[in-house]
Amino acid sequence: MNILVIGLNHKTAPIEVREKVAFDGPKLGEAIKLLKGSHVVKESIILSTCNRVEIYAGVSDLDSGVEGIKGFLADFHKVQRDLLDRSLYIHKGADAIRHMYRVASSLDSMVVGEPQILGQLKDAFDLALENKTTGVILNKLMRKSVSVAKRIRTETKIAESAVSISFAAIELAKKIFDDLASKSFMLIGAGEMAELAAKHLINCGVQDVLVTNRTIARAEELAQEFHGKVVPFESFVNELQHTDIVICSTGAPHYILLKDQVHKTMKERKQKPMFIIDISVPRNIEPQINDLDNVYLYDVDSLQGIVETNIQERAKEADKAERIVDEEIGSFLQWTASLTATPTIVALRNKAEEIRKAEFEKTLKKLGPMEEEKIKAIEYLTISIVNKLIHPPTTVLKEENENRDELIAVIKKLYGINGEEE
Amino acid sequence: MQIETNVLLFELALTFYFIATISGIIEIFRGEKNTSKVTLYLSMAGFAFHTANIAIRYVEGGHIPVTNMHEATSFFSWCVLILFFVHEFKYKLGLLSSFIMPIVFLLMFSASIFPREIKALSPVLQSYWFGIHVVFAFLGDASFAMACGIGIMYLIQERNVKSKHLSMLFQKLPSLQTLDEINYHLVTLGFPLLTLSMITGVIWANSAWGTYWRWDPKEVWSLITWLVYALVLHLRLTSGWRGKKAAILSIIGFAIVIFAFFGVSIILKGRHVFM
Repeated sequence: MNILVIGLNHKTAPIEVREKVAFDGPKLGEAIKLLKGSHVVKESIILSTCNRVEIYAGVSDLDSGVEGIKGFLADFHKVQRDLLDRSLYIHKGADAIRHMYRVASSLDSMVVGEPQILGQLKDAFDLALENKTTGVILNKLMRKSVSVAKRIRTETKIAESAVSISFAAIELAKKIFDDLASKSFMLIGAGEMAELAAKHLINCGVQDVLVTNRTIARAEELAQEFHGKVVPFESFVNELQHTDIVICSTGAPHYILLKDQVHKTMKERKQKPMFIIDISVPRNIEPQINDLDNVYLYDVDSLQGIVETNIQERAKEADKAERIVDEEIGSFLQWTASLTATPTIVALRNKAEEIRKAEFEKTLKKLGPMEEEKIKAIEYLTISIVNKLIHPPTTVLKEENENRDELIAVIKKLYGINGEEE
Repeated sequence: MQIETNVLLFELALTFYFIATISGIIEIFRGEKNTSKVTLYLSMAGFAFHTANIAIRYVEGGHIPVTNMHEATSFFSWCVLILFFVHEFKYKLGLLSSFIMPIVFLLMFSASIFPREIKALSPVLQSYWFGIHVVFAFLGDASFAMACGIGIMYLIQERNVKSKHLSMLFQKLPSLQTLDEINYHLVTLGFPLLTLSMITGVIWANSAWGTYWRWDPKEVWSLITWLVYALVLHLRLTSGWRGKKAAILSIIGFAIVIFAFFGVSIILKGRHVFM
């Protein structure tokens, strides 16, 4: 049995190709049954996310397995073979194991360290289990991938710091304030990034939400979404006295909040700290506000700067993670080795024992009646000769070896064993 | 024999505090994800020896061992450790030990320089006021020492957030609000303790010498310390001197405490001079 991974991801295929090959919704269940029925593979799992489509398979022959799976993909999605050939990557054996570990631990993701992929992989595995498309090898490999991913998450900082602007803002807020749930928050304007950050804040427990916008209708819409109160745009400055976190993103071409205004507000607040995030370009909040005590002002560039440092930090941690992956591949290979070698070893032993027994009994008959002690001595002689002869091939089989499969074939041929795999 | 055991216990405590300080400093620069507990365990080991040392001195002398500079300084650092453990277990502040253990070690190291003999308390001073007065005074000073350590942590974290270059310490240090609140709470603990120690001192002085206040240098500097912390609290409550300003003030305040503690006893002599 050989392990095979065939797939494509955001690095090898553009979105136009990925969406053609994606198994979305009910298609996935259908596909996995079809693939099982086609007898191209012995075991299989299909993973389909917006960034990757991969088939993990256990096949008896690698080359025909690759052909079979490619054919299956082309037929199922009705796409050209050459289009697939251009985008697909193929990993075999140890490389396949490495790939699976890397995918599970998010080392192969667009954003290294993002946590979703592990959940998606588990879902894919659950579906495979439901349809009984996996066996000993993939079950073990999948469980191992999950544990490798967990090990990497606890031992490295790969998923530690924020790598998106909105999460970086939350991370900062958590280091300025003790407990976000008791803080109040104002959203000035709208915009994708600002709304995302607002959502994260609310997920962190912020309840007291104020929304202001030049267009009242838009403000009301957002207030409803975030369960907040609308504040008239003309007088939002008055509300700052009770606001701990401000996210600002308007299309205004000038500053809408000045240093003097915040200076006054801070006095009214008795210097209670304030965190202001200005996502607007051009900036809407006077940058010098950051010079005031207990006010922390971040603009897009400074958040971006943090995100970039964090990404570099993650890349450094990814090296550590790759080393863990390497370590873990070894242990899995050992397991598969023992798995393939064991039946042959058992068959070899049985064969030898059979011969020994037959020859021993034949000799006993020829020799006629004898003392018990002598019989025992002869039996001992046969056993030790057989053991000595069998010992070297079994040790070689047990060891991890590149040519293990060939060796197994040779031994089977030499000793005339036609045992089944597994 | 007793004395030798005692010296040994002190040296062991000092050694453990030294190793804990080094381990705490390494922890600051270690790029690992989780803060290790090594520093805490080392300081606990040192604390065990230290406690034994103080207990023996207490039994030998028959009173709280603060009658010479060696004992007083050692007792001071012991009080800081008690407050440190309380805060460590209550708030689990990342890296607290890295900032407190150096203070503890430096105090303990100063203690090791002074002569170590156990002296009897002069008859004039024998009164139950003695115990009450010194416990208030030392716990008060220990609160200010903790506030200083927390203040330094605040300033580093504040620098991180203001400068927009998040150092390795950013993740490990607690939030600004947490640090500011604990700093404030330590000052509000230290200030009444200092006040109480001054009141009990005054009453005791009257019963021992017949006068309440004699402008002895220690008394003067205690008053100065008291005024400084009164100002810290006043500014915080009225003018919102919190955060960075409060952190800086708590460091300055502790510098004055240290001067009142060592400087007054060594440079300006008075009746609080122990030797």
